[in-house]
Amino acid sequence: MNLTLKIWRQKDKATPGKFETYDAKDISPDMSFLEMLDVVSERAQANGQEPCAFDHDCREGICGMCSLVINGVPHGPEAATTTCQLHMRKFKDGDNIVIEPWRASAFPVLRDLVVDRSAFDRIQQKGGFVSINTGGTPDGNAIPISKKEADLAMDAASCIGCGACVAACKNASAMLFVGAKVSQYMHLPQGQAERSRRVLAMVEQHDAEGFGACSNFQECEAVCPKEISVRVIAEMNRDYLRAALVGTDA
Amino acid sequence: MSITLDSKTPTGPLAQQWDTHRFNLKLVNPANKRKFKVIVVGTGLAGGSASATLAELGYDVHTFCFQDSPRRAHSIAAQGGINAAKNYQNDGDSVYRLFYDTIKGGDYRARESNVYRLAQVSTSIIDQCVAQGVPFAREYGGNLSNRSFGGAQVSRTFYARGQTGQQLLLGAYSALSRQVGLGTVKMHNRSEMLDLVMVNGHARGIVTRDLVSGKIETFAADAVVLATGGYGNVFFLSTNAIGSNVTATWRAHKRGALFANPCYTQIHPTCIPVSGDHQSKLTLMSESLRNDGRVWVPLEKADVGKDPRQIPEAKRDYYLERIYPAFGNLVPRDIASRAAKRMCDEGRGVGPGGLGVYLDFSDAIKRVGKHVISERYGNLFEMYQRITDESPYEVPMRIYPAVHYAMGGLWVDYNLMSNLPGLHVIGEANFSDHGANRLGASALMQGLADGYFILPYTIGNYLATSGQKKVTGDEPEFKAAVADVQKRVASLLAVKGKRSPSSFHRELGKLMWDNCGMARNAKGLQEALDRIPSLREEFWGNLNVLGDGDSYNVALEKAGRVADFMEFAELLCRDALTREESCGGHFREEYQSETGEAERNDEKFTYVAAWNYTGDVSKPELIKEPLIFEEVHPSTRSYK
Repeated sequence: MNLTLKIWRQKDKATPGKFETYDAKDISPDMSFLEMLDVVSERAQANGQEPCAFDHDCREGICGMCSLVINGVPHGPEAATTTCQLHMRKFKDGDNIVIEPWRASAFPVLRDLVVDRSAFDRIQQKGGFVSINTGGTPDGNAIPISKKEADLAMDAASCIGCGACVAACKNASAMLFVGAKVSQYMHLPQGQAERSRRVLAMVEQHDAEGFGACSNFQECEAVCPKEISVRVIAEMNRDYLRAALVGTDA
Repeated sequence: MSITLDSKTPTGPLAQQWDTHRFNLKLVNPANKRKFKVIVVGTGLAGGSASATLAELGYDVHTFCFQDSPRRAHSIAAQGGINAAKNYQNDGDSVYRLFYDTIKGGDYRARESNVYRLAQVSTSIIDQCVAQGVPFAREYGGNLSNRSFGGAQVSRTFYARGQTGQQLLLGAYSALSRQVGLGTVKMHNRSEMLDLVMVNGHARGIVTRDLVSGKIETFAADAVVLATGGYGNVFFLSTNAIGSNVTATWRAHKRGALFANPCYTQIHPTCIPVSGDHQSKLTLMSESLRNDGRVWVPLEKADVGKDPRQIPEAKRDYYLERIYPAFGNLVPRDIASRAAKRMCDEGRGVGPGGLGVYLDFSDAIKRVGKHVISERYGNLFEMYQRITDESPYEVPMRIYPAVHYAMGGLWVDYNLMSNLPGLHVIGEANFSDHGANRLGASALMQGLADGYFILPYTIGNYLATSGQKKVTGDEPEFKAAVADVQKRVASLLAVKGKRSPSSFHRELGKLMWDNCGMARNAKGLQEALDRIPSLREEFWGNLNVLGDGDSYNVALEKAGRVADFMEFAELLCRDALTREESCGGHFREEYQSETGEAERNDEKFTYVAAWNYTGDVSKPELIKEPLIFEEVHPSTRSYK
């Protein structure tokens, strides 16, 4: 297949960026989207152009490092799929493809298609954990957990922290990301002791990082490569309200 | 100057060794711990868990990763599960059985004492992870669920759907995040270690490059911990993440750390076959699939190109069930991989290039129903379909072996310290526990055992007894190491040739896979040893890295890693040539039985091959650590 790519190029955080156009000729439909970019970069390099920087690592859809807004959609046109698992057979010969970084003020562009997502780490550091040290824990079977609750926790815990939810949201809200972590612990007995404190602290940090509020458009759920349900936002809101009213000791 | 290795292996009854050893370790006074600074490089299961635990104990921890967040480390991609000798299923498991299975699975090329300790602490890992809120699979009664996995005849594997590595890593990441929030760990993301700094014969710091700004920095400490994973990407195509590399351990090797058993590389039997020259990585399909899938190839070559659904039962060769009736489709990884290769070598392989075998779920779907199979493997089937455009519910999967894990790594003693005082190595980066072959679901176990329950004790002994003066980073050794790194970065940029770093990596990888892959022989290895130095010469004469060193430069990052693979590859081949036997993941064609099974040579090769850098990468010195078996008797591994 032959394609035309419009790729966002930006030297660093301080320099304004712009779109540049690349011809992608003889692309195999069996390539992944990132392999297609590898090939285009390799050819550009041979012509004296610096390769385009984009984040990627595991290339099997689990590390959450790859990103890219492809034709306006985070992670591109295939549902429940990260960019690294998107294959070129989902495009047609002659297509124009516009490739942009995640756009959000809380995710500043570092270079080309690479953004700084350390805001997610800082939110996690405020409460995305159970405060126990290594050692001295009870036997794993000492706390029975119903399969239903364990499954709900696992559904939420499968978030890969990629940030597509933010990129899709017109408010650049990270409520799906925060909700997923809050929900995971909410459904487990281990998470109860810090339940109120956690939700208040994580939401406070979310707001401080410059992410917007949720206005229930559910674009985040539509683009989430792990199909995290907006149920987690509802659960988080309920817990937040409860914690705000009754305080962190309850 | 020759080195004598002291493994510091305890004596006395196996079951009490770790207890006795821990008692004999010197402790650091709780009030003094904050005065000791520890550098941890890497944030996978080993590095993440070690960073969190050391900080909880009170040490001043500085942790580094090259990714944008510690949560990205490649441990996250492990699918199947984690072993522990809990015996929750009441099927006869025990610490001793897990120890025995692991040492046998490793083809008797690991230390008894290390492996026994691993089995002992395995049970604490599960408790720890549950307490952290890791959502392991549960039974309806609320208890933890187990499955049998990768060649084990008991159900001792704990799992979280097909994302066990992810959930365990996020558990360690949550513990690490808590410490970062408390200010006890300083986290350095997008920061790559490029050298180790030795002062007065002790490891005292590292040199890093900030991958965003290009700034070269030094960090001084009282001890250094490498948790930088394996070197599978020396083969270019592997199941490793694109960024996984050998640089940190190789740089430490060139500063004097011994590299042990580099030829022990694991080829995983169930990966999606290569589809074309553009391929950048290979994707693993969890071997838990072999619990329900049946592996076969057509009985006759003539049927190879046919639609597999049209090939009648009588014309199929379920070769694992035929050759290994006791273990069938569940034989260990090395056995399954080589059997697949033999079928393809016979011309009975399927798919592009004849490099594939079928993994068929139709019987399982008939037996338990599509919904049960979907519940067990749904996410894996979807992943397979995204990549190949075929549905495993309808058509048998095609799989082929791929490079997956490195059993070899930097040599460490029982305290997980290398031969360089102060330099500790944990997780896949060390060589210690898996011998010549790792069993399924044991990598997660070892990473977390090292990080949560072993290193945090043993490093205290070093800190309490090393008697070294504080360093600031201004010492001449630091300045010299920075100058070396700067020179190296500049020389990569200065070549200004024609070929990209990736093109060299691809060529090196192909050479390694062809000559030092699933089956090796003296002629092929010698050929690789002849060709690698000339490829390296071409690399340094014709490399093309655009841009500069003072900014975000992806080609420069890649070039540095490829440069180290170019040197390391030679050591791997040399180790493979020297080891004139077949054991575990190392298969030498000259040493096999009439039926093609591996033949060990215990008399000559029951040792750890630890290689010392002599100043010339082509002339390393071999130092042997003899392996002594007092508890188990090395026997021929039979899965028939």
